[in-house]
Amino acid sequence: MSRPTGARHADPSHADPSHAGTGTGTGTGTGQAGDSQAGGGRGGPTRATAGLRGTGYFFAFCLDALRGLFRRPFQVREFVQQAWFISSVSILPAALVAIPFGAVIALQLGSLVRQLGAQSFTGAASVLGVVREASPIVTALIIAGAGGSAICADLGARKIREELDAMEVLGIDPVHRLVAPRIVAAALVAALLNGLVSVVGVAGGYFFNVVMQGGTPGAYLASFQALGQLSDLAVGEVKAVLFGAVAALVASYHGMTAKGGPKGVGDAVNQSVVLTFMLLFALNFVITAVYFQLVPQRGM
Amino acid sequence: MGVEVRVEGLTKSFGGQPVWSDVSLTLPAGEISVLLGPSGTGKSVFLKTLVGLLKPDRGAIWIEGQDLPRLSERALYEVRKLFGVLFQDGALFGSMNIYDNVAFPLREHTRKSESEVRAVVHEKLEMVGLLGAERKLPGEISGGMRKRAGLARALVLDPRIILFDEPDSGLDPVRTAYLNQLIIDLNQQTGATFLIVTHDINTARTVPDNIGLIYHGHLAMFGPREMLLSSTEPVVRQFLNAQRIGPIGMAEEKDSDELRAEAEAGVELPPLPPIPLQLAPSDGRPRAAEQPPGRWCEEHGVTPPAGSFRGVQGSVWQPTEALR
Ligand SMILES: Nc1ncnc2c1ncn2[C@@H]1O[C@H](COP(=O)(O)OP(=O)(O)O)[C@@H](O)[C@H]1O
Ligand SMILES: [Mg+2]
Repeated sequence: MSRPTGARHADPSHADPSHAGTGTGTGTGTGQAGDSQAGGGRGGPTRATAGLRGTGYFFAFCLDALRGLFRRPFQVREFVQQAWFISSVSILPAALVAIPFGAVIALQLGSLVRQLGAQSFTGAASVLGVVREASPIVTALIIAGAGGSAICADLGARKIREELDAMEVLGIDPVHRLVAPRIVAAALVAALLNGLVSVVGVAGGYFFNVVMQGGTPGAYLASFQALGQLSDLAVGEVKAVLFGAVAALVASYHGMTAKGGPKGVGDAVNQSVVLTFMLLFALNFVITAVYFQLVPQRGM
Repeated sequence: MGVEVRVEGLTKSFGGQPVWSDVSLTLPAGEISVLLGPSGTGKSVFLKTLVGLLKPDRGAIWIEGQDLPRLSERALYEVRKLFGVLFQDGALFGSMNIYDNVAFPLREHTRKSESEVRAVVHEKLEMVGLLGAERKLPGEISGGMRKRAGLARALVLDPRIILFDEPDSGLDPVRTAYLNQLIIDLNQQTGATFLIVTHDINTARTVPDNIGLIYHGHLAMFGPREMLLSSTEPVVRQFLNAQRIGPIGMAEEKDSDELRAEAEAGVELPPLPPIPLQLAPSDGRPRAAEQPPGRWCEEHGVTPPAGSFRGVQGSVWQPTEALR
């Protein structure tokens, strides 16, 4: 707690323009600028260091935010409001995206599996596809696109109206007060969304397989057990919680460093959504790869 | 009582571009100081640096023996309790109504009961003339009301230093006059140290005890009001008298060719206008740091412009000669 002022005050919300400027310039945000530097060293040294610095500010911000999570008192009211708000903007789109997603998987697999003469496994394949892959991806899309953009726009508007500065002058740390509850809210809602998408997706698959393609209900349900296991659901939920937290972190960071009037807020939202997509898809891959290494898979 | 703020050699830059450098000044305890400067010279940045929202590259800000840029985060939050800041557009929390906005600092930092909170909020809202608008959201009231509500919120913890960022921008002349009177009365009642950033020449001439001018990346001059108002230094003279002739051009600085042409054409600088009286508090008692008019000029052997220090109290541009 008693580290030098630098930690936050020099950093994300009032950072030097060098980093935010680079974020805008490269268009894809701070994280990417840093990555490209580490990878190839293209771009001039100033741009590269600025990109690195931007990444550094983001990680400093993440540390502050995580510290804020454990600071008392936890902002319950803000958390409830945000959880309510994020679910209100994300539940309907998630359900509406999940139905066609489940249906597409069922359609694709249905014809393939029939050609191979393994109709009895459609259910299993469908469940695997939906629960393991489609559901976290849909959750990521919705939580970044609907939840993250709303968080970023809200905090960005507060930043340019100087509300965040005013809050800090009044002795309230905006990271503790505003960001921490949003992270928890987004993680919780993402976990719930993931469950919702799984259920809706599997139901959609069932409907298409059984009603449209004339599969047998019994075989569809019975084959669930063949390939899937309970840990598939668990890893899906773990992914969702991480996705929610990362989306809220990136969105809050971009919102709190927005500058340059209303247009700056628009730019920040844009950047944050693009960056969140990239981070979440990469994260999804990493978690899946690790999961396959750690948990033995069932064979047919 | 107010607290002295001593700034030494302060420099701030963004991405290698200095906003201003080597700014040194002392805001005397309990006095009103005004900071002037063309748009974009970093006046708001200066205010934010003073409260530790921005970290300077170099320099010190001494408040009660503590150097603000070098404080730990926790100590900084403590020192900030000395400050009240009125941001440019009031910076009210958009999701709370006026009452909750003003009550916010009390609910956060004191153990006052809800009825005590109500009493304090009521008092401050009455002070700024906003009783009756408690239930309105910031989006539903005018810019002037937002500023006054922001002021009420800034006052609620009885700050010892109050910073105002352009309190009079976007206000009509009558509201500006009311606000200026309010500022002077507040200063007299609370004895806090005030720093006002403004563009309004009338405010700058009549409200403060001290004036500072930021120009071209540095503090051109800072000192007692009469010193700047009687100064013949070109930049100070041009800005304080709102003239076109002088070193400040439309684009921040005139280029040297233009200046030389101006000098060769022998443009006659208009004479300095008379120095007006300071605005007096409305209860008729003296200001916290009141000096007899003309005292500084007398002490420093400066002849004030003809017609200075006359006029009816509370009004500014009195055609005194004609009326008497
Ligand atoms: N957080 C920031 N990051 C980068 N540049 C900034 C920041 N805040 C202000 N500036 C720049 O500093 C300069 C001074 O701004 P400001 O203090 O708002 O001027 P004013 O004197 O009109 O209040 C401007 O050029 C502005 O673009
Ligand atoms: Mg300004």
